[in-house]
Amino acid sequence: MLIKSPAGGEPVSSEITPRAVWTNRRSLVQAVAAGVALGAPAWARAQSGKPGAKLQSQPGPFPSMEKSTSYKDVTTYNNFYEFGTEKDDPAAHAHTLKPRPWTVAVEGEVRKPRVFDIDELLKLAPLEDRVYRMRCVEGWSMVIPWVGYPLSQLLARVEPTGNAKYVEFYTLADSKQMPGLRSSVLAWPYVEALRLDEAAHPLTLLTVGLYGEVLPNQNGAPVRMVVPWKYGFKSGKSIVRIRFVEKQPVTSWNRAAPHEYGFYSNVNPEVSHPRWSQATERRIGEDGVFQRKRPTLMFNGYAEQVAGLYAGMDLKRNF
Amino acid sequence: MKPAPARARAGPVGLAASTSRGADAAPRRPVAAGSPRAPKQVRALKLAVFTLGLLPLARLVLAGATGAFGGLGANPVELITRSTGTWTLVFLCITLAVTPLRRITGWHVLQRVRRMLGLFAFFYAALHFTTWVWFDHWFDVRAMVADVIKRPFVTMGFLAFVLLVPLAATSTDAMVRRLGRRWSQLHRLVYVVAIVAVLHYWWHKSGKSDYAEVTWYACAVALLLGWRLVARIRRPR
Repeated sequence: MLIKSPAGGEPVSSEITPRAVWTNRRSLVQAVAAGVALGAPAWARAQSGKPGAKLQSQPGPFPSMEKSTSYKDVTTYNNFYEFGTEKDDPAAHAHTLKPRPWTVAVEGEVRKPRVFDIDELLKLAPLEDRVYRMRCVEGWSMVIPWVGYPLSQLLARVEPTGNAKYVEFYTLADSKQMPGLRSSVLAWPYVEALRLDEAAHPLTLLTVGLYGEVLPNQNGAPVRMVVPWKYGFKSGKSIVRIRFVEKQPVTSWNRAAPHEYGFYSNVNPEVSHPRWSQATERRIGEDGVFQRKRPTLMFNGYAEQVAGLYAGMDLKRNF
Repeated sequence: MKPAPARARAGPVGLAASTSRGADAAPRRPVAAGSPRAPKQVRALKLAVFTLGLLPLARLVLAGATGAFGGLGANPVELITRSTGTWTLVFLCITLAVTPLRRITGWHVLQRVRRMLGLFAFFYAALHFTTWVWFDHWFDVRAMVADVIKRPFVTMGFLAFVLLVPLAATSTDAMVRRLGRRWSQLHRLVYVVAIVAVLHYWWHKSGKSDYAEVTWYACAVALLLGWRLVARIRRPR
């Protein structure tokens, strides 16, 4: 799978959803749904899995009034260390990733362990549009229109046992496809994990697209997690294995720098990173150079939905 | 006013101190002020260094104002911070390279641009510092104090900048004359600044264990300071 990557790593203009189309997406989706209902499946394009191919999705819960970060910024400025440590590395190097064929093994403490083919996984539940804030631990943020469905849909299919307390997400670690693996910055494969109740939370999204299209390689194709109330690195990309375990797992960043990256890593303006404050953030594409940074919100603004998960916990200790 | 010591008057002025005390004692004929050696050549060299030294800033300003060179990217403050920090280190290294280069190649004319190079290091450090104070912290004194106290990499960066200030302030001819031999003692601080600046960068990268780039600067500074140490040991006083 090749992403055309012209000089400068900018997406070709044809890849950018025109704003008018994007802002009207819901009525368009409805129109399409109506069309499908009338037996005219004009958009019922086979899901080719090619980055940029349109996905069929419906509006999901948790609507956002915030302005989405541009497609260009979302797809050219991000961390994906398997393709390099600079933020323009993923867009420049991820063309070597092959998102098809792809399987995701679901194993561990579940009654029905299975290996899912990616196309099967895509059809497991109706795809939803979810516009989420994304707060990077480095102090910048975006608003990203993802496409996916709640991870709970998958949990229901594999039936975690009573011993399942945590869920691990393993990113692909193939040095042929991922030049960044040559670097010893992290121990590969990249592992992230959630507590089972966090994984089952309706906000937790198994994600296959953004801006209504199949995920670009650099954003974690073909399937990734999005956990919007936690720092971005908690959302593993290009997942090949989901494992249910009893003990709290050691995650990649937690292992690399335990005093800097805790297991929970909930967005919390009151708990500083050892090298910088987390009280404020800069919204990419909106907060200019000559503009004060905006305050970071508790749980990235999702406190109403998730604060209950941590009732009675000392969030300074469990950072 | 007291007549300036011959060494200071004849010697070149610059932000960086020269090799060693022993070396200082050696006469520096070819670079003396008013030397018969082609002033035109010196002027051309100074103009070239001045122009080249402003290029990194010109690039940032043009990129920010017109979107040239791909603009300032998705996170302009981060790019400006990195760029000004990197160029501070580069100019520190170039400044520290003047004396070894001069000794090795005999191009004593290099000495005539050492002050300017040192001041460019200070200039980019000041931009780096301003970026932190303004764009990053929005003049929030409490947040900045907390940053300096709590975070070793900020402490180091702050320290490096503070130590550069007296060097820049005493870089005028008048100050060189006034301070006499204490001037070269004072300007040996630049060695400390270089080490602290590398530590600042190293510490910053430590969380990501991403030492690839900072290692180059650490090696450059080690080489430049090591050369001085060796030169000093070899030159009996």
